[in-house]
Amino acid sequence: MKLYYDFHIHSALSPCGDEDMTPNNIINMAMLKKLDAIALTDHNIAANCSACTALGRRNGIIVIPGMEVQTKEEVHVLCLFETIEKIEAFGKELNTHFEWLPNREEILGRQLILDEDDRLIGEEKRLLIHSVDLSIYALVELAHHYEGLAIPAHIDKKAFSLISNLGFISPDLNVDALELYKMTTLEKFIGKNPMYKNYRYIFNSDAHYLHDISERDHWLEVEDISIKSIFKALRKSSKGDAK
Amino acid sequence: MIIKEIIEELKLNQVSGEKDSLKTVNGVYICDLLSWVMANGSKGDIWITVQTHLNIIAVASLLEIPMIIVPESIEIEEETLAKADEENIVVCTSELDSFTLACNLNELGLK
Repeated sequence: MKLYYDFHIHSALSPCGDEDMTPNNIINMAMLKKLDAIALTDHNIAANCSACTALGRRNGIIVIPGMEVQTKEEVHVLCLFETIEKIEAFGKELNTHFEWLPNREEILGRQLILDEDDRLIGEEKRLLIHSVDLSIYALVELAHHYEGLAIPAHIDKKAFSLISNLGFISPDLNVDALELYKMTTLEKFIGKNPMYKNYRYIFNSDAHYLHDISERDHWLEVEDISIKSIFKALRKSSKGDAK
Repeated sequence: MIIKEIIEELKLNQVSGEKDSLKTVNGVYICDLLSWVMANGSKGDIWITVQTHLNIIAVASLLEIPMIIVPESIEIEEETLAKADEENIVVCTSELDSFTLACNLNELGLK
């Protein structure tokens, strides 16, 4: 069956994310757009994932706990996990590779941690938009160690992308899928980059504002509507069909 | 200009490509975005970059760039250095930053 998704959404915890990106607003917008599953992927942190997954469970929409990690080559990689426990364990280890620098609110905005009622329960004071001290190889390995998926983000963009920053995708980099930005089509991308035709692709919004969240446009072929089936469909070894 | 002379003049720390030090270079290119270097770098350039990922060797090899200088004493992964030896590319590190390296290379007559 088809599962409609958007696996790259930022909350108000990302410095570039709009303050309206609260757990309830994100879930409600995803429901309005009739998505079956979303992933919350703030920069290098997962503190708003538990509120969102709880709201998702209550409202019948799958919320995958995720993070958009910036490697030391400044490549953005979506790291998705099946449970809050797994992303927290991953996050704890990731933190040991993350230098503490102060956020500059006046330029980058506040970084809000919110609960299931959208109440402010904390503010992240570290600068979240900078690199962890891990190469992309080490990060992919770490995500896999916690049974997560590693998906290089917006590889067709000119900044923070695997292709722009590292020139090309080495076949020995064991990624689970590649993300294309919603403005591109697969045909256009593969037309220009035929050497990457055998990868699995997903299309996400990289939403920083509520209205950016994807419409019911992109789907995965899954066995049933569950987080397990999504992971099965996205893992390289599976035969699922991604559009 | 011969790579060996540059290494001596700038007191660089050579970390790969020992046997390729007699190759010549004729220019300098500085950029850290690998796709940009692939599009704009030239054969025979010295390339200065803070990137140390394995892909820098593939890009240098593709463009026939004989020498890479990594500034500010940034540590380089073992596999990158092994690949550099394999592809006959001289990799050096320096405690200087890219701008100072460029100025020094310019004083040596490289444009």
